[in-house]
Amino acid sequence: MGRLFDFMLPENKSPLTADPTDGLFHFINEVSLILLLGITIALIYFAIKYKRKSEDDETPVIYHNHALEITWSVVPLLICLVIFGWGYSGWLNLKAVPADAYEIHVTGFKWNWAVNYENGAQTLNEVHVPKGRPVKIVLQSRDVLHSFFVPDYRVKHDVVPGRYTYVWFQAEETGESQIFCTEYCGTSHSDMLAKVIVHEPEEFETWLEINGGGPSGTPVEQGEALVMQQGCQTCHSIDGSPKLAPSFKGLFGKTEQLDDGSSINVDENYLRESIINPAAKIVNGYNNIMPPYEGLLNDDEVTNIIEYIKTLK
Amino acid sequence: MAVAETKKMTTLQVQRFIPSENPTNTYLTDEKGVWAWMTTVDHKKIGLMYLASVAFFFALAGFLAIALRTELWTPAKTFIEADTYNQLFTLHGAMMVFFVLIPSIPAALGNFIMPMQLGAKDVAFPRLNLASFYIYVIGAVFTFISLYMNGFDTGWTFYTPYSSDSNSAGVIWVTLGVFILGFSSILTGTNFITTIHKLRAPGITWGRLPLNIWALYATSIIQVLATPVLAITILLLSLENIMDIGIFDPALGGDPVLYQHFFWFYSHPAVYIMIVPGFGIISEVITTFSKKTIFGYWAIALSSLAIAFIGFLVWGHHMFTSGQSAVATTVFSFLTFLVGIPTGIKILNWIATLYRGSIEMKTPMLYVFIFLFLFSIGGFTGIMLGALSVDIHLHDTYYVVAHFHYVMMGGTLIALLAGLHYWWPKMTGKMYNETLGKISAVLIFIGFNMTFLPQFVMGAQGMPRRYYNYIDQFQPFHQTSTIGSYILGFAFLLMLYYLLKSLFSGEKAPSNPWNSRGLEWQSTSPPDFHNFDHTPVVINHPYDYHKPMEEFQLGIAISHNGHSDEHQDEIVSDETEKA
Repeated sequence: MGRLFDFMLPENKSPLTADPTDGLFHFINEVSLILLLGITIALIYFAIKYKRKSEDDETPVIYHNHALEITWSVVPLLICLVIFGWGYSGWLNLKAVPADAYEIHVTGFKWNWAVNYENGAQTLNEVHVPKGRPVKIVLQSRDVLHSFFVPDYRVKHDVVPGRYTYVWFQAEETGESQIFCTEYCGTSHSDMLAKVIVHEPEEFETWLEINGGGPSGTPVEQGEALVMQQGCQTCHSIDGSPKLAPSFKGLFGKTEQLDDGSSINVDENYLRESIINPAAKIVNGYNNIMPPYEGLLNDDEVTNIIEYIKTLK
Repeated sequence: MAVAETKKMTTLQVQRFIPSENPTNTYLTDEKGVWAWMTTVDHKKIGLMYLASVAFFFALAGFLAIALRTELWTPAKTFIEADTYNQLFTLHGAMMVFFVLIPSIPAALGNFIMPMQLGAKDVAFPRLNLASFYIYVIGAVFTFISLYMNGFDTGWTFYTPYSSDSNSAGVIWVTLGVFILGFSSILTGTNFITTIHKLRAPGITWGRLPLNIWALYATSIIQVLATPVLAITILLLSLENIMDIGIFDPALGGDPVLYQHFFWFYSHPAVYIMIVPGFGIISEVITTFSKKTIFGYWAIALSSLAIAFIGFLVWGHHMFTSGQSAVATTVFSFLTFLVGIPTGIKILNWIATLYRGSIEMKTPMLYVFIFLFLFSIGGFTGIMLGALSVDIHLHDTYYVVAHFHYVMMGGTLIALLAGLHYWWPKMTGKMYNETLGKISAVLIFIGFNMTFLPQFVMGAQGMPRRYYNYIDQFQPFHQTSTIGSYILGFAFLLMLYYLLKSLFSGEKAPSNPWNSRGLEWQSTSPPDFHNFDHTPVVINHPYDYHKPMEEFQLGIAISHNGHSDEHQDEIVSDETEKA
């Protein structure tokens, strides 16, 4: 490689998706640099060479020059058509998911990425993938627009509530790659980060097996796992420290002041309501920012989360 | 008495009018006092009121930019909270777009200069012109009310569904402000189109129209056709927020991508509302300071119109990652390259104009050179973003931020500064300090590149826009950018200083300090209340620098057509010229 503008791009860790993009990126930069140098040299040269000598300078009358004008219209047009075609084919490649792609579901919500695998394994803000195999990420949003961006793979797609979108890539080396949210989504938009973690294929299978299957353990353990997976701790601390929402520590049994002036005793029913439909009763001093979990968690899961919160005294 | 042939082939008796160097009666002395200014229908005073408002909003939004850049000095909190940061970048963008860039050149400089370049006494509808200004003010008031109502943090694009479920009160007020502001834009556009069609002085055929007028004409067409779409979009957004009617919010059965289509259907043409009038200024300044006919008059004039029309058909290039249809994406990318061609042609025409010219590097010309360099970078990086596969990687990163600052600030704003320095002597009757002018232009150039060049690099490396916090590897780029923004801020303060100083103690400006052939320079500095005390007659192309100045100072004496003959004695009747 070793091209002039290499310093501008992050490492290329998925050549199948990144190579066409990088090639075009370099081509446009190099053509632009040549043209910009031409323009700059012409400007400086003219400014010096044709500097005004006296107020009575006479200048020639040049209205136009057809040959010159046709050249500088047609040549850029041709260059642009090449760039269009090149960009289009690269983009088709980004749209055409290989048939054997491994599918992983990623859900964006304020301000986390929840990841679901075929065998029921779940992770938060970590997308585990096998090396050397095409991976299709199916994207959905639980609240507002987000956008899933992995610079190392040159892939990005908006995550739109109410529809599925996707990206694909094929990581060719083990290690980690940064995921960013690139569609503005509120207070902690810039903290909505995640990582792609690339494993050797066998290692990935092992990882999947260990983490797969349904939930296990006591209701409290399951509740704790759910809290981590669902990203509750983004806004609710478990150690009493202040965050964007009331801390879980010592929450159960407490009397909370609501924003309409009334107060409420935090019992199972209030917690249940606040998970299913958080907007119903907002604690004074906080904003209504939590997405409703109605339909996203079943009754058992809600109960387990409540049991877990009870243990945080 | 000389004889001039005009387009209707009627024979006119013309004589030469040399503008007085010591005008006793100017638009600044004619109506005095605050009330006279506030109720004036004079296009020049309204232009200055717009200019003052634009300068005010530019200072405010520029100050916010400095605050934002300061916050980005360190990854986590430097001195403000995330929510404050999000509100500030929204406010910076919304103010710069709606209160600075859109009205800056057409409503401020355009209002002042356009009727003078046409040899008219005023715009076609002077009272409507004043109304437009007050509508702009009311729009601004609504925006300030929204700040009082908790503010808004949606980004200037107000994307749904985020905008409908966060701080709705603030969003409703600011969008209503933008809705109202739109009418100001529509009315100004209508007014300008009418003026250009109906109030041209004898002899100004379409082929003799200054390129600044062609640019304003193209801009006005976009304003009239595109702005109503913004109004409808914002009305729908407000209806959804207030009455829960599902249009854009998927929770109510709406479609958020539809909102983006609506929004960009206006906001992309709006980019041309901002930049095309800048092209007009560049044509005026570059011919004056190279004393040469423009190269490719029709190419420049018609490419403004071409940009205006093709510009309507490229909005989807803001949505390549949004989930719009694949066919739409392909077509929008293709058309985006087409709109790049006329813009490139203009740049090359201006450079060709310099060839064998007589170039004088005064401050306005220095700004033109800066414009040509910065705007070219803006154009090339636009080609980069138009390329489908590359845009997928660069979309919503700092690369885009850097690109549109090169176009909007390196293009529109630098053109505005070129125009401001060029017409300042005409508008105020005072000269500014040329040395300080050049120093500040150079500082702006250095500060600007230092601020935005690093953003191309960090954007291509993956730094997303609208980020309060960022990962450590981007810190050196952010810090360079922040230092650049301080240099920019200082350069603008320096400009404020020497421009204000010129108002109070500047040297008196001659009527035509740059020896321009432009019609607006054939009046006194500052101009008479009715611009000229004769009806100008034009027999040459506006950039015919090879013809003597006398041929650009012709006119017909005004006698008893609605005015007293108090000016009769000022007419230099023996200075006649064969036309």
